[in-house]
Amino acid sequence: MRLMTQPTDAPAMPVRADRSRRGGFRALRLALFLLAPALALYALFVIAPLAQAVFYSVFRWNGLEPLTDVVGIANYQRLVTDSSFHRALLNNVSVIGVSLLVQLPFALWIATLLNGNFRGRGLFRVVFFIPYVISEVVAAILWKLLLAPQTGQVNGFLDAIGMEGLTKSWLGEPSLVMWSVLVVVTWKFFGFYTVLFLAALQAVPEEQLEAARLDGANRGKAFWYITLPSLGPTVRIAAFLAIVGSLQLFDLVWVMTAGGPVGASSTMVTYMVSSGIKSQEFGYASAVAVTLAVISFLFASVYQRAVLARDNVESSGVAR
Amino acid sequence: MSSALVPRRSRRARLSTHRRGPAGYAVLVVAGVVTLIPFLSALVNSLRTSGEIGSSPLGLPATPVWSNYGDVLTGDTFWRTLFNSLTVASLTLLFVLVSGAMAAFAVSRLRFRGRESVYAFFTLGLLFPAAVAILPLYLMIRQLGLMNTPLGVALPQAAFALPVTIVVLRPFFAAIPRELEEAASMDGAGHLRFFVLVVLPMSVPPLITVSILALVQSWNGYLLPLLILPGQEDWTLPLGLSQFAGSYLFDTAKVLAYAVLAMLPTIVAYAVAERWIVQGLTAGAVKG
Repeated sequence: MRLMTQPTDAPAMPVRADRSRRGGFRALRLALFLLAPALALYALFVIAPLAQAVFYSVFRWNGLEPLTDVVGIANYQRLVTDSSFHRALLNNVSVIGVSLLVQLPFALWIATLLNGNFRGRGLFRVVFFIPYVISEVVAAILWKLLLAPQTGQVNGFLDAIGMEGLTKSWLGEPSLVMWSVLVVVTWKFFGFYTVLFLAALQAVPEEQLEAARLDGANRGKAFWYITLPSLGPTVRIAAFLAIVGSLQLFDLVWVMTAGGPVGASSTMVTYMVSSGIKSQEFGYASAVAVTLAVISFLFASVYQRAVLARDNVESSGVAR
Repeated sequence: MSSALVPRRSRRARLSTHRRGPAGYAVLVVAGVVTLIPFLSALVNSLRTSGEIGSSPLGLPATPVWSNYGDVLTGDTFWRTLFNSLTVASLTLLFVLVSGAMAAFAVSRLRFRGRESVYAFFTLGLLFPAAVAILPLYLMIRQLGLMNTPLGVALPQAAFALPVTIVVLRPFFAAIPRELEEAASMDGAGHLRFFVLVVLPMSVPPLITVSILALVQSWNGYLLPLLILPGQEDWTLPLGLSQFAGSYLFDTAKVLAYAVLAMLPTIVAYAVAERWIVQGLTAGAVKG
């Protein structure tokens, strides 16, 4: 990103006059040799499955028998009317919403509090990043047990302070489960954005803040007019990562709730996995996958063109 | 480069301008404690019995019940899943480092027709969530006879780590001065020897960065192992833990002991190499 500007991308290599045609051919041969393992891995395990997902999505297929039952766009038509899929999509959208409106501002707030030199600063930074380092599976299990209705510490705490009325089955009630998931998602990922923002804050020119303060700007004004604009590129990258991450949320939800109860906490990926693996509807699950891919691809391309392109130009294109 | 992403302590002149007021400090302390609560609760309750946890979820251990850990450590599930995770992660790292570094060298320092297209082809992988490919991948691995093998997980994991690896390595390789290459070629070294003897040793920091990214993703990976490793013998640590929690849910204390042990390697690695790990993981942010 912006900070990574020293090494220049796309090296300008002057064609040397003494390079013969044979030399060019040898370079190509060497390039093919060097690229072969990566291209093979990537084509076989990334590109081919993507293409296959598109192909499978026009069949009705249980994943075992020969592919014979072409149903055309029927799987996609079913998506349009499938309220379970709508639920999953909506849940992804609410994860995006909370990430952008709660998680990122909170991370920025914590980062501004961490910016500077004071006792315990390093320790705080380490602590906030820990949830991001551990696996989503561990996080899911810790929270599942904290939120358990009878034996969980959250209800235990509410009992202890005399608020028995507020004890809930946090992961068992369809109306509550998504809120619980959103809390855990925020807990798990805010530290990552805190670290990103902190790095950007440290690049804000101290002299400008000093000058603003001498001119009588209070903290809020200095933040709004000087700090925030210079954080622009980092905020835009963070928003991008938060949205892309929210679209593929799976592990955390699968281990905590498996998308339940009755699909109330399902995401597009949990819905895809249950349709494919559990219900053996590989054609339909592939249509879910393709829809997710299209959403991600459209979002990523539009966002890069419209929002990130500006930053990339400023930073000599290294972020690409 | 990405070291700039990691907050570095700059001592100059910040002391005066950024003093932490008591309110700010209080916010940090509260946020820090709330962040740690799930871990502290896991530690405390892993030293109680499930009966105690059930009757008083908030209590402290009367006397620490070390047998929860004893049982997990003497059972074979934990060690087997640990070993499987290590195997998968090592293979993933090996594949992605070797193939990724070779490819990054080709697209940064060799001149050949179609170089930019090849690079663009690799970056395409950054635009799709890996989960999209998971069902066809599952069917393909089944056809290749790689179900329940470490290879069946490591090969796709390495493949999915390739785009970010190449994107991170390329600018570093490209920035190595041309004079060095010319000097090497005077000494009779071809591109390949220049790559192995000059470029790789000079690129240890970015290689560590991409290694950490790939290692953490492999170590924490769940969806791929869930589909590719249905056999209990081959479960990785996250898979074993989630299955253990599913089947032993009545024995909360042991699940917690397992969870604490499962995150121990990560926490230790994080304690030892915090800067490198923060830097490695935030380097993913370049994949815009």
